[in-house]
Amino acid sequence: MKAAVLVFPGINRERDMARTLRLISGREPASVWHADTELPAGTDLVVIPGGFSYGDYLRCGAIAARSPIMNAVRAHAASGGLVLGVCNGFQILCEAGLLPGVLMRNGNLRFICHDVYLRVERSDTPFTRGYNAGQVVRVPVAHGEGNYIADGETIARLEGEGRVLFRYSSPDGTIDPNWNHNGAINAIAGILNERGNVFGMMPHPENHVEAAIGPTDGRGLFAGLAEVLERAA
Amino acid sequence: MIPNDVRITPELVAEHGLKPDEYDRILKLIGREPSLTELGIFSAMWNEHCSYKSSKVHLRTLPTKGPRVIQGPGENAGVIDIGDGLACVFKMESHNHPSYIEPYQGAATGVGGILRDVFTMGARPIACLNALSFGAPSHPKTRHLVSGVVAGIGGYGNSFGVPTVGGSVRFHSRYDGNCLVNAMAVGIARKDQIFYAAASGIGMPIVYLGSKTGRDGIHGASMASAEFDEDSEGKRPTVQVGDPFSEKLLLEACLEIMQKGCVIAIQDMGAAGLTCSAVEMGAKGDLGVTLDLDRVPCREEGMSAYEMMLSESQERMLMVLKPEKEKEAEAIFRKWGLDFAVVGETTPSKRFIVRHGGDVMADLPIKELGDQAPEYKRPFVSAAKPAAVDAESVPAPVDAIEALERLLAAPDLCSKRWVWEQYDHVILGNTVQRPGGDAAVVRIEEGPKGLALTTDVTPRYCEADPFEGGKQAVAECWRNLTAVGAKPLAITDNLNFGNPERPEIMGQFVGCIRGIAEACKALEFPVVSGNVSLYNETNGRAILPTPSIGGVGLIEDFAKSATLAFKRADETIILVGETTGWLGQSMYLRELCGQEEGAPPPVDLTEERENGDFVRALILDGAATSAHDLSDGGLLVGLAEMAMASGIGARLDAAPSDIPAHAHWFGEDQARYLVTVPADKTADVLTRARAVNVPVWAIGRTGGDTLTLAGERPILVTILRERFESWLPAYMAGEL
Repeated sequence: MKAAVLVFPGINRERDMARTLRLISGREPASVWHADTELPAGTDLVVIPGGFSYGDYLRCGAIAARSPIMNAVRAHAASGGLVLGVCNGFQILCEAGLLPGVLMRNGNLRFICHDVYLRVERSDTPFTRGYNAGQVVRVPVAHGEGNYIADGETIARLEGEGRVLFRYSSPDGTIDPNWNHNGAINAIAGILNERGNVFGMMPHPENHVEAAIGPTDGRGLFAGLAEVLERAA
Repeated sequence: MIPNDVRITPELVAEHGLKPDEYDRILKLIGREPSLTELGIFSAMWNEHCSYKSSKVHLRTLPTKGPRVIQGPGENAGVIDIGDGLACVFKMESHNHPSYIEPYQGAATGVGGILRDVFTMGARPIACLNALSFGAPSHPKTRHLVSGVVAGIGGYGNSFGVPTVGGSVRFHSRYDGNCLVNAMAVGIARKDQIFYAAASGIGMPIVYLGSKTGRDGIHGASMASAEFDEDSEGKRPTVQVGDPFSEKLLLEACLEIMQKGCVIAIQDMGAAGLTCSAVEMGAKGDLGVTLDLDRVPCREEGMSAYEMMLSESQERMLMVLKPEKEKEAEAIFRKWGLDFAVVGETTPSKRFIVRHGGDVMADLPIKELGDQAPEYKRPFVSAAKPAAVDAESVPAPVDAIEALERLLAAPDLCSKRWVWEQYDHVILGNTVQRPGGDAAVVRIEEGPKGLALTTDVTPRYCEADPFEGGKQAVAECWRNLTAVGAKPLAITDNLNFGNPERPEIMGQFVGCIRGIAEACKALEFPVVSGNVSLYNETNGRAILPTPSIGGVGLIEDFAKSATLAFKRADETIILVGETTGWLGQSMYLRELCGQEEGAPPPVDLTEERENGDFVRALILDGAATSAHDLSDGGLLVGLAEMAMASGIGARLDAAPSDIPAHAHWFGEDQARYLVTVPADKTADVLTRARAVNVPVWAIGRTGGDTLTLAGERPILVTILRERFESWLPAYMAGEL
């Protein structure tokens, strides 16, 4: 794995993400500044971490999506390279047009930080191959604007093509409005692009990887990516 | 533009919050009438908030030294040695008046200010906590304040990227017109990379960094030093507006230039902005400072010297840089998109000179501005100590289980999940113990060390007996750190009181300080930083005396820290510490009998220490599987909290016959803990306790899904949890 973690001004989970990538892949990821125009040679995974890029001013992710480095990210994705966006990273990918839809304010209009349960919908993607389909994983959320929505046609396509990889669920995997803290349509927590190489999700798997600190359900996502990239290398 | 050479009338002096004798002192000091800018500078430096003029004489009595103390009070934050070449930098500070006037921005900038205090010293912030006091839930403004303050704290900390891991929230009618927002920040620095405010070297460039200066917050510090009345809401323009995005950039840029060795001295621009930071840098370094305001980056055109010197625009820093590193530092700031301007230099004259538009707007003696602020020995009277309440005379209106249900749903005791779920408490990936326990635990860097953090005070105890209340605030803080297995190291104190010009308020202040000092000495728990907030009154009605104590403890291996949740069934529940059934000033007396009466529970500091040391040892050698300190609500509330956190019930023996049952279950005797131990270790633990003269009783067993007291109806833990969790969300939704 040769990961590059993008850093926009106001991003604040870049350290969490870099530590997790290092812990799981054994390799130090590169840190790439928003004003750069190229990714480090050989980058096989671009990670856009969480935070408040540009202070969330204008709209979450809107300014970051137009940063110089994003052209390189688009080119990386166009050539089939893997891109993972978490939280603000997911918002940035939507604003950049690399993923459809938008993240609105949480239904209760408040920032929410707590553990949620995610039902894994598919395990045959690079992002979810570390899990079993139907498995329920526990990871934290920390966002004020994670309420995913898109037009009906887009949602129908996402669902029809199996591009919803995680849904908010109860601990036993039931989809239930009481366990959908932000009100996302169809309880969508994470989606894949059409080509299957760009993935965005609101929760923070990078914060649940060390047994000494808490649950470790986030490991599967990174372990799966590391495995697929090591094999490719 | 405001002219500088206006005539200084008594009215103008009064508007600046200066008393006639204070103005006379200024005339004597400078030998002429001050210019308007100079008057503004004096008012900023000599108000209560910046000068501590009423409190200084008493603050000096606090113990501030210890083997771990690297820097005590007087700098931006306190610094303690935590080993491995690392230091913990921390402080708590109030933002009470701004938060009442504009709750979101008031609270947000309170967090921003305290974070700046910590990273100014070279530390990367790793955690925030807070202590919040609101008016009665029935007061029409309370819901609005809770909502705004919580959103503001979250809005700033979440965006800045520091976990908010703990705190406290209380409600009382005495805070109706004056809520308290006390914010604490904790950071980690390399011990040999701590930065201070004192300038050194003559002719060194003074550099302005961060956001631009606007007209916001002018006279904020003076506002914080006056009482409130009906017109206070008109002071909204004196509340600053926070920008956590800029602060995050400022943090990264500051740490980067510090690491590159560019910085000689640094001071954040907090209260009284440019004035206070420049004067402190010069005065502490025995140097003069000349500022050229034409070079200050401004957000608005046509700002006068007076406005620039008093602006409290946020996210700004002042530094003295090594001249040879100026270019390197500037490049780093430009990279982060922040303003960088050389606005002055250090001089040998010991004068504070401010130039603007080619004119000298102020020329004042710098040492006297800081060091010779007035200092008052204000008269004080101590209120008579209330008599102890005889437990036998306290009615028991309902049975113990009903009382427990009501207490768990009481505003002060119920779950504060609604609050802390709005704070990102997991960012940075080091939060070992999240909010909801006795103390938060955060890993230090890659471990295995951890810091335990908490904020505590019981204002109703302080009101009834300031000395015992002051002791108790420190003791409870020490106990909460101990209950997670940490060794308590040091505290920061945030002293919130009413108008010090009233002898009875000054009496509360003096009493609390004496109590704090006594407890800190006995527990070897020095005060390393703090803040005083006086004039917390509205129309002559003062808040409850509220000396918030923020404590830091160290645990050598965070994996050994204890939580309050029961771990498994069939373990023995052991009560540590003497129970006399002290109901005076208890939550039981207040919530069930409607009385706020009597003396608060006395704190025996020897017992505190012995019992705490015993509990900590049990935790660290793995004998205790869970631990919890007993405080508000007493034994049964503490026990229910352990059950609710785990979902495991408990069966308890009958109350002893020598005290009334309700006093046994709900009395608030101090120096007590509950611990659980595996059944087969019980005898051993009891023997160990007796060997060190610590009073212990095996009072029951864990297991089942109910809490069962001998002779009372059992109650499901799920029902208790329902009571505990529902009050605050329902209240905030307007359903109550």
